[in-house]
Amino acid sequence: MNNDAANRTPSRENLHGGGRVAVLALALLLTASPAVTHADAPLNYFLHAAGPAATPTMRLGWALAALVTVVALIVVVLLIGAIARRRSGAERDERHVHAEGGGMHWVWIGTAISSVALFAALAYVLVTLESVASPGREPTLTIAVTAYDWWWKIDYAGEPAVTTANEIHIPVGEPVKIQLKSADVIHAFWVPLLAGKTQTIPGVINEQWIQADRAGVYRGQCTQFCGAQHAHMAFEVIAEPRAQFDAWYASQAKPYAPVSAAVDVRAGAELFNERCAGCHAIRGTDANGAQAPDLTHLNTRRLIAAGTLPNTAQNQLDWIQHAQRIKPDSLMPSIALSATDAAALTAYLRTLQ
Amino acid sequence: MTEHAPSPPPLRRTLILGRIEPGSDEERALREIWEAPPGWRGWLSTVDHKSIGLRYLVTAFLFLIAGGIEALIMRVQLARPDAHVLTPEQYNQLFTMHGVTMIFLYALPVLSGFSNYLWPLVLGARDMAFPRLNALSYWIFLFAGLFLYASFPFGEAPNAGWFNYAPLSGLTYNTGPNIDVYALGMVLLGISTTVGSMNFVVTFLRMRAPGMSVDRVPVLVWGTLTASGGNLLAVPSVSLAFFLLWLDRRIGTHFFDVMNGGRALLWQHLFWIFAHPWVYAVVLPAMGIVSDALPVFCRRPLVGYLPVAMSTVATMTVGFVVWIHHMFATGIPALALSFFGAASMVIAIPSAVATFAWIATIWTGRPVFRVPFLYFAGFVFLFVIGGLSGVLTAAVPLDWQLTDTYFVVAHLHYVLLGINVFPVIGGIYFWFPKFTGRMMSERIGRVGFWILFVGFNVAFFPMHIAGLLGMPRRIYTYAPDMGWNTVNMITSVGAFVFALGVLVFLVDFVYSVRRGPAAGDNPWDAPTLEWSTSSPPPPYNFAVSPRIASRHPLWEERLSGRMRSQLTVGYVLNRGREALGTSALDGDPDVILKMPEDSYAPFWLGVASLVFFTGLALTAWWLAGVGLLGCAGAIVVWLWPRRELGQRDDSPDDDAPKSNNTRSPRAGATS
Amino acid sequence: MSDYADSLPERETLPIGSPGERSGGWWGVLTLVATEAALFGYLIFSYLYLASQTTRQWPPEGMPKLGLGGANTCILLSSSVFVWASERFVRRGKRGMGVLVLLTGILLGVIFVGIQLKEWHDHPYGLTTHLYGSLYFTITGFHLMHVLVGLIVLAFLTLWTALGYFDRARSAALTIGGLYWHFVDVVWLFIFATLYLSPYVLAR
Repeated sequence: MNNDAANRTPSRENLHGGGRVAVLALALLLTASPAVTHADAPLNYFLHAAGPAATPTMRLGWALAALVTVVALIVVVLLIGAIARRRSGAERDERHVHAEGGGMHWVWIGTAISSVALFAALAYVLVTLESVASPGREPTLTIAVTAYDWWWKIDYAGEPAVTTANEIHIPVGEPVKIQLKSADVIHAFWVPLLAGKTQTIPGVINEQWIQADRAGVYRGQCTQFCGAQHAHMAFEVIAEPRAQFDAWYASQAKPYAPVSAAVDVRAGAELFNERCAGCHAIRGTDANGAQAPDLTHLNTRRLIAAGTLPNTAQNQLDWIQHAQRIKPDSLMPSIALSATDAAALTAYLRTLQ
Repeated sequence: MTEHAPSPPPLRRTLILGRIEPGSDEERALREIWEAPPGWRGWLSTVDHKSIGLRYLVTAFLFLIAGGIEALIMRVQLARPDAHVLTPEQYNQLFTMHGVTMIFLYALPVLSGFSNYLWPLVLGARDMAFPRLNALSYWIFLFAGLFLYASFPFGEAPNAGWFNYAPLSGLTYNTGPNIDVYALGMVLLGISTTVGSMNFVVTFLRMRAPGMSVDRVPVLVWGTLTASGGNLLAVPSVSLAFFLLWLDRRIGTHFFDVMNGGRALLWQHLFWIFAHPWVYAVVLPAMGIVSDALPVFCRRPLVGYLPVAMSTVATMTVGFVVWIHHMFATGIPALALSFFGAASMVIAIPSAVATFAWIATIWTGRPVFRVPFLYFAGFVFLFVIGGLSGVLTAAVPLDWQLTDTYFVVAHLHYVLLGINVFPVIGGIYFWFPKFTGRMMSERIGRVGFWILFVGFNVAFFPMHIAGLLGMPRRIYTYAPDMGWNTVNMITSVGAFVFALGVLVFLVDFVYSVRRGPAAGDNPWDAPTLEWSTSSPPPPYNFAVSPRIASRHPLWEERLSGRMRSQLTVGYVLNRGREALGTSALDGDPDVILKMPEDSYAPFWLGVASLVFFTGLALTAWWLAGVGLLGCAGAIVVWLWPRRELGQRDDSPDDDAPKSNNTRSPRAGATS
Repeated sequence: MSDYADSLPERETLPIGSPGERSGGWWGVLTLVATEAALFGYLIFSYLYLASQTTRQWPPEGMPKLGLGGANTCILLSSSVFVWASERFVRRGKRGMGVLVLLTGILLGVIFVGIQLKEWHDHPYGLTTHLYGSLYFTITGFHLMHVLVGLIVLAFLTLWTALGYFDRARSAALTIGGLYWHFVDVVWLFIFATLYLSPYVLAR
């Protein structure tokens, strides 16, 4: 090769050094990553699992991650070794080319070891699949979740039934069946610390199960691109002890009970029926819109706008007046309210307990 | 013999071994026969595979830059939480077009560019089997690319993701022209891919030099051949899916219309049945590039040629039965998923064969640290990481967590950039001397490589972590308390570093085209046939038909076998544009092929196709009709049998019984 | 001197331009057949997938009538025989017979189209009426397009044969075009089996 002898020695050392640096940087990045996986990542399923639909998968993730890290390191070492190893004098002749044969044992040994590792991994995968695909015992509760652009309708088919939105409650320690439907396009239901994800497909009812063995709040997220506000279509699953769950259920099942005859509350109710009831429902009143979240017990929820904002009176007003700024192109319009209207509506909404 | 009319072109001829010396009159005449006309005439009518190959490369790179800019804009938006650089609609159009551009308008066309340029040269042929069809495949690619971008300036680019799931892509949720442009543009592009694939398959069967048996062809040829066979079977699935979607949207059919019995999942099946084999189509030729070029920089033939060739075919074959791994979360029963998950893991085994072959080649050879070697060594590293992250996503229950998160984004970028872009840039450094007669810069090349390599890993490795932290794909922004802030900032910085590396490469390219040092025929001392021609090669590629005796014709004297290829003495084929056709398996001379002259028909057929699809997109049926008539006219002109191509035989003597067809022609008719 | 086992002979007499079988165009149309066969395969897959998922009566208007479709199948298959025969005639130098037989093949193809259009007309549903209609008309429509293209190809082949372009030595176009036509006919068998026969077999 032209000028190779002149270039060869210095560049070889550069690469050797450069290769070393690359490996070091990679190792640093890998070991530094736990620092990045702070516990404040509510969707971090790699380090946290809270039930039998998720824990086996988490362990599988660790095992496979460890396996592939080892394989990657071995390959990197082999690659650097292949590049950097010292060659004998005869090979240094510029015109010399090595014979065609030789080196096949690399291929056979490497492929054989890789295949064994792969099949072992496959066996573990199938075992894990078996254990998370269906619950060990009959689900004690069935919840129908219907995905809408860009919120979640939650229906409990009990006696009496409960309808709510964007916040699911389940009893701790019990397998729960989720029936998944879609009102429009394909979405996906995912609460990572409790289970893997499943698409909600219009025209089809999919099913999955979840179970929380620890009380807590578990965040979920839509994970199938569904249009403009796919980014802001979250929900929460709140696992609580059975007694608390039953109490929550009972209170959710009650229709709206007027608690105040104050003027502004009545004005707010009228305003609501005029401007909001076309889409929203409050069970027990005349408002029975079916295209937006049920607001009967609005103030029992932690978040609003499908997990986008904390549920405070100010945020509620902000959402009503500036929805298109907070969630552009969502189906909630920005509704202009005069100061008195805003006060009346706030007063009315405060009664939705 | 009495000549009352010009004698018909003879049906047989005796070829005689001979030489054509460079600079001789014969050589000049041969050059004139094959050269395209100068200026825009030549530009529109050339059928020379080298011109077409270069066009593919340049056009694909322009699309790469467009897709890259789209990505950079997205990374500015995603660098921080709750950013307002882009509206959701803008973001959705950008990420869709980024995918469409990279996957369809860059990844395969760039490999078509290499293959178009190199195949005849590495096979010892004068051109591809169907030179005019070759030109057509380029024109339709260009027009389809422009078509797909046509609505972007109006803010109406496709916006439902490159995967375009129904019903989001249906008329109810997507009323504008965005998806119509995508659907029809993809059907048009599919024509380009299909005719290109046909050309490669027939060229392989017909045009290899004598002695080039199937176990002597370069691995690039195996890669492209496999990809082409795969495309012939897979592309109809996506063309059909897009066509049915267009019918649903504009004609009122019900294939994906859930309210009327249609099924959303049908889209996913048809799409992924195509798209999974497609990802192998866009990497197998690039792996072939590495398998052919890396050994040059290890000063030894590739270890394990046969296993590598077979693993190429095996990967594509198994690649047809894994598409459901893109649909693990759709509610399909676990038993069915187990099969596809197992196949998706098993498909890693042929890749392991190739990886160890490359490492063994380096280990048992002697590395030469020129720029191409850096790219090929870097490729091995990135290939392994991408392949290993793929093993995780193949594990069904783990995929239920990983799918649709940034983990998959990391995986797909490691495999697509690692297995396509890095070998492509290495390939450009490697073959630039052959294309242009000049060398690219070693110094700038090295700087560019390290910037690209570091930038790539800084950009994409943290995406694994973002995915494990639960960050979903295709979100235009994210909240500040999700734990994703740091990884996104690092990724965005890395993306710009990577872009800088691309810029350095482009600077080197432009500089070297004008001022690079002269290269000579074989600056790398490489073994394959293309390096036996001048740099750049003459329009006729080979003055006489070479005879091949091994996989490494130019290294034969230094390798231990006794076989010797014959490159300077061969059959003389210079009565007009001619090429030697050989038998499919063994490469024995079979026929003298008459090759077509330059023609405008492919260009006009491309234009007429564009008119047809534009008519459909505008639902202007009259315009579509005009386009269709134009297509028919161009095709009739193209396919009308021609005497000089040996397609017809209608001399005045025609009706007389031809008794001497299988014996030697009359004396005097052979000269 | 060369030191290898099978060298190129000093002289070799080869045909110029491919004489028919194994020509470039022949391989090319084979690859076209492969890709188009895949296309029809995916159409049939779509039909079977959607049929397997339906919750209603399938087909909605009851079982398909087999008489006309069956007869049409025979007509189309017989046209292939004539096209195949025309190639044999031309290769034997009997150009006139070749043209005649090609015309017969075309006529049979035209009759197929006519009967298919009548069948279309007789159905009480259309392309957009319901899912079954969408499938039926799209699948048979795709096939009909291929038949029309095939008829145009056959027409040009007839013209070129009549003009004397082809003979014993040169008839590649006939082989190539004939191959396409045979493909169109064979594919119809699969479509017939799927659309007309499978409902009887799959009836619940």
